Amino acid sequence: MDKVQDNRAWFLIIPVFLIVAFSAVIPLMTVVNYSVQEIFGPGQTFFVGTEWFEAVLTDERLHDALVRQIIYSLAVLAIEIPLGILIALGMPGGRSAKTSLTLVLLALPLLIPFNVVGTIWQIFGRGDIGLLGATFRAIGVDYNYTNNSLDAWLTVLVMDVWHWTSLVALLCYAGLQSIPPAFYQAAKIDGASKWAVFRYIQLPKMRGVLIIAVLLRFMDSFMIYTEPFVLTGGGPGNSTTFLSQYLTQMAVGQFDIGKAAAFSIVYFLIVLLFSFIFYTVITNSGSGEKK
Amino acid sequence: MATIQFDNLGHSYHPHPTKPEDYALRRLSQEWEDGKAYALLGPSGCGKSTLLNIISGLLVPSEGRVLFDGLDVTRCTPEERNIAQVFQFPVIYDTMTVYENLAFPLRNRKVPAADVDRRVRQVAEALDLTDDLKKRAQRLTPDAKQKISMGRGLVRSDVAAILFDEPLTVIDPHTKWILRRKLRQIHEEYRLTMIYVTHDQVEALTFADKVAVMYEGAMVQLGTPQELFENPEHTFVGYFIGSPGINLMPCTLGNDHALVDGIAIPLPDRAVPAVGGKFELGIRPEFLELTRSGSAGSIPVQVTGVDDLGTSKLATVRMGNHTLKARLNEEQEIPALDAAIRFPTRWTKLYRDSHLVG
Repeated sequence: MDKVQDNRAWFLIIPVFLIVAFSAVIPLMTVVNYSVQEIFGPGQTFFVGTEWFEAVLTDERLHDALVRQIIYSLAVLAIEIPLGILIALGMPGGRSAKTSLTLVLLALPLLIPFNVVGTIWQIFGRGDIGLLGATFRAIGVDYNYTNNSLDAWLTVLVMDVWHWTSLVALLCYAGLQSIPPAFYQAAKIDGASKWAVFRYIQLPKMRGVLIIAVLLRFMDSFMIYTEPFVLTGGGPGNSTTFLSQYLTQMAVGQFDIGKAAAFSIVYFLIVLLFSFIFYTVITNSGSGEKK
Repeated sequence: MATIQFDNLGHSYHPHPTKPEDYALRRLSQEWEDGKAYALLGPSGCGKSTLLNIISGLLVPSEGRVLFDGLDVTRCTPEERNIAQVFQFPVIYDTMTVYENLAFPLRNRKVPAADVDRRVRQVAEALDLTDDLKKRAQRLTPDAKQKISMGRGLVRSDVAAILFDEPLTVIDPHTKWILRRKLRQIHEEYRLTMIYVTHDQVEALTFADKVAVMYEGAMVQLGTPQELFENPEHTFVGYFIGSPGINLMPCTLGNDHALVDGIAIPLPDRAVPAVGGKFELGIRPEFLELTRSGSAGSIPVQVTGVDDLGTSKLATVRMGNHTLKARLNEEQEIPALDAAIRFPTRWTKLYRDSHLVG
């Protein structure tokens, strides 16, 4: 059969083309454009080449924020992923009131707006009226998230665990529910221990959702902004100033648009790089032929 | 290997069953011999999977007991019963190699490595998996995966019984045939007690020494394929086994004959009290004789159609208000005008309320 040549077909992709252009390509290119200019005001721009990128890459404060950010994100993953799996394994299966109740309870933290989470924890941790802070004070633990860097850092971490572990648990739960009962029955008949069932059935079957969980939690925690901003404002000192907050200070606080644009691009590339590494590692572990 | 006994076994998914329909498996007492191949045959929802799960220990029956070699195992887990089971869809451990998959049940039971290796290679040989042993199980075709599932059942030499729950559903017809023969060979070689659940009569009849036909939760007949064919004890067996199934006609009883639409058909010489219930007369198409009218004991009929099946012919005839099928030899001539049928007494079966009475 002869193919009909009709260039009007191109019209059909115009809507997609426009949406992608306006939502992704043009904004991104604007940032690229800013990153190579010195901007004093509307119309007063000068081309500066790679100067901003050099400035960003040698910025000591940025290095500190980056290291802090990486440690923070890895800690988030190290806690939330195993904890989420454990919770999912302990959840009741089937269609019962118990299941529904568990699902609703788990979903609750996910429904709370980010700045409300920050506020909740701000009050929760206060030594005078907060449940956590007051309890610590009562049992004699020296805890003060507004003064002590470590306390502040730990509070931000625990807050994230409180807020987002549910997501990991729900994803893993969905993964577990999709395992046909025959697999458990077969394992029982094969005499597999509980650990073997987890290692050889549950974990491999959860691999798909775990990729999503790790990527989501990594990207989100790597871009965390609202909660620490509300809770600690990045302090004390710079101890909880993560990349997003530093970027905002630069762009909105100091109005260093060009430098902030260069920073944004580097930031974006770092997130992309890490996500790629995680994805590759998890996809290749336990699947396909090794070597 | 073990003899399996059912003692007043029954199961209902209702908490308080009252009527027979509440039972997924109706009362059953039976003994299954050691080292034989059994098939559980029936349409979906007939209770065959319920019975299988009770035998394997995945389900505790609500009534009665299961005994292995005289030992009550009703409440034992599958491991305690030492059962192997192969499921409808292949169950494999994705992250393991084929070898590790086959070795898994043995390693879990702390069998010495040398014995594991010997058994695994033996079973892989029997199932044609030797070349795949080093491969990752996940990357194999569905039928190879199902072979692994079977292999994990066969690898333990000391199992009480191996249970198959429609294991060939996902396999293509040709491989199905090969695998069934493989299983049959393995059975003959090792004399394992095998129980095979299926809704496919060909599968059941070719695989098993004895076939248990199930219908609406009841086991309506347990017998060799020949017994099921020649002497169906329930109209369902007659209907379900054989293609086409048995010819059935409602009838009333005379002294030594049955009356179908006023036509007398001689009955086997057995005293049947003509009381109660609904009577039906049955004869398999293979046993119905087509002749010319006028010969002794024949009933004139009208031939309405003939299907040539290649190796045999299937004639459709009308007798009174009933349509009957008769299977004939390729060579046999079919009388066009003066056709008649004969009911050989030996193969004419009388059923009361679906159960064989004479």
